[in-house]
Amino acid sequence: MATVHALTDALRPGRRGPAPGLALSYADEIKLLRSPRRTPWRWLLVVGGLLLFLWLPTYLGDPGLRVLALCGIFALGAIGLNLLTGYTGQISLGHAFFVGVGAYTAAYFGSDHGWPMPAYLALAALLGFVVGGVIGPFALRLRGNYLVVVTLGLVFLGEHLWNNWDSVTGGGNGTSLGAAPMTVGPLDFKQGLELGSEHYTFEQSFFWLVWALVIVGALLAKNLVRSRAGRAMQAIRDRDLSAEVIGVSPARYKVGAFAWSSAYAALAGALYGLLQQYVSPGEFGLFLAITYVAMIIIGGLGTIFGAIVGALFVWGGRSLIEQNSGQALFDPLITSRSGEAGIFTIGELNAVLFGLAIVLFLLFEPRGLAAFWFRIKTWFLTWPFSY
Amino acid sequence: MTLPLPAPPLLATITGDDLLQTGFSGLAVGCKYALIALGFSVVFKATGVINFAQASLVLLGAYLTFNFSQTWELNFYVGLLLAMAGGALLGVVIEALVLRRLVGEAPATVIMVTIGLLFVLDNVVTAVWGPDNHNLGDPWGIQTREVLGVTVADRDLWTIGFTALAVLGFFVFFRYSTLGLAMRAAAFDSEVAMAQGIPARRVYRVAWAIAGMVAALAGATLAAGASQLSPATGALALVAFPAIILGGLDSPLGAVVGGVIIGLVQQFTALLAPEYFDWVGESFERVSPYLVMILILLIRPYGLFGTKEVRRV
Repeated sequence: MATVHALTDALRPGRRGPAPGLALSYADEIKLLRSPRRTPWRWLLVVGGLLLFLWLPTYLGDPGLRVLALCGIFALGAIGLNLLTGYTGQISLGHAFFVGVGAYTAAYFGSDHGWPMPAYLALAALLGFVVGGVIGPFALRLRGNYLVVVTLGLVFLGEHLWNNWDSVTGGGNGTSLGAAPMTVGPLDFKQGLELGSEHYTFEQSFFWLVWALVIVGALLAKNLVRSRAGRAMQAIRDRDLSAEVIGVSPARYKVGAFAWSSAYAALAGALYGLLQQYVSPGEFGLFLAITYVAMIIIGGLGTIFGAIVGALFVWGGRSLIEQNSGQALFDPLITSRSGEAGIFTIGELNAVLFGLAIVLFLLFEPRGLAAFWFRIKTWFLTWPFSY
Repeated sequence: MTLPLPAPPLLATITGDDLLQTGFSGLAVGCKYALIALGFSVVFKATGVINFAQASLVLLGAYLTFNFSQTWELNFYVGLLLAMAGGALLGVVIEALVLRRLVGEAPATVIMVTIGLLFVLDNVVTAVWGPDNHNLGDPWGIQTREVLGVTVADRDLWTIGFTALAVLGFFVFFRYSTLGLAMRAAAFDSEVAMAQGIPARRVYRVAWAIAGMVAALAGATLAAGASQLSPATGALALVAFPAIILGGLDSPLGAVVGGVIIGLVQQFTALLAPEYFDWVGESFERVSPYLVMILILLIRPYGLFGTKEVRRV
């Protein structure tokens, strides 16, 4: 070990210790964060991100925080879908169904039966896990294109279920989550947190709750994909037959990926219900399912942070356009259909841009926004060489 | 607590005429799905792409027909032919601009691109023609006639006729024309076909052109009737998915059989569900095709007529 130190010190005069990229033990190798001295930029990003997380709610207004909280909820669901699609290679248009499972679980047990928040959130995730595990075996029998259309069917069947299971879902009119308690110990998210002498609004508190869960969820997913299970999932994605030949059980990992991804989706659905305070069947339709797939494609398939970036980009961009639609920049494009100039309504413009973003990203940057980050990183790592 | 009443005997409330009538309307609806499904399957067979944008081609075809026959006041059948030409042109343009760059990409990528196109095209159509319902301008309207004691709508008869014509056209084209033979070869094994000198690009282009043409025809039959044309017409095309999957993605015959099965399932669910199994909920006919599709796929994972994928180590 000491020789390695001496060697690397000799290679980099003026710096003590091994080179930043060099791991000296397995424990060192698998650390997400090594010492600040060795990975200063990564530390800067993490600390900066945490400070942003703490500070942002005191700076932004409530509408902005609501959008960001929604982005966080989408990020959580997108991380789940990325486990299934990005890491295991099972394309699913059925994510919206599992989001619905979570939302209605929260509504039924939280609002109708008054369960405490940790209990119904955990139950939502658990139910998502179980339902995902039940649907998962379909992926064993069906592959590729056939699986896509079956999961598409799942969304339609789900919508039918939400529309007709009146006693639980409130039918087509939807159901309210207004009565669901939102306290964890002394923390009351609904009335807003009281920290010291400060009182924070619902939006501020909910932002912290959602993004804290995103951080936990992202770490959990990151650790899952770097483990044995994660490597098995990626082997199935890259070539399922070869994976099977070297001893990876496709049944176990495909079903497992479905279960975990649905658990994330259901948790996202429960949080979505809590934020909106009201859910109805139409919200868990095809559009939501496609939005989720678009998020992980635009963010970057097979990366955890790509899912978060994609959620921020897709939903944040959409909200930005909606909020700024009155600006002169949009005048030639947007009309309210009352005879004024312009081509699209806001909804149409958003949908067209959404569709274009999917097409253009897949044509010109199939690795998504994450690729930009990889490029920057490579540039710095190999500087002054170009590769 | 009262026990549910036993179901009444079949003929008590639903007569044989009802069944015949429903069978006929199921056939007509099924033919519409079959036309949509034909477009899906010809593209899939030639290029291996599940084309979600087919739904937009259907929508656009319907609006083009409306535009030619109502706004420009041409003869309806001339307008329909023009719309089919327009659909074919758009298909070729989409293939040249977008799909050609994606040859050899993973199915997930290509599917998502066609979904992206679906969003773009659908909303452009809505922006151009507005969100309101229109009359397509078809000469069949809501006229009906009596055939074998069953009331049938003229437009349903035409739909069935068009479908038969399209199927016949497909058969003749693929069986007897050189290009059709080339397409069959390319679909069977594109690499070997190319080695034999078959121009793969032309095959792709023709497949998309045919898809655009059939889509326009399907759109016109879907939107025929009183004020039936609206941006929601495109969403109906998604119901054709169970049809193509049921029949097997790469089989035009499967598309037609699947379409008719789905049409019959849908119409009979609508007739029987409220009467005999109302616990499934309202408008179950909108999802029953998907249920049938899932059940059949579990038994035959490549559909009724689809080619089984051979996997070798």
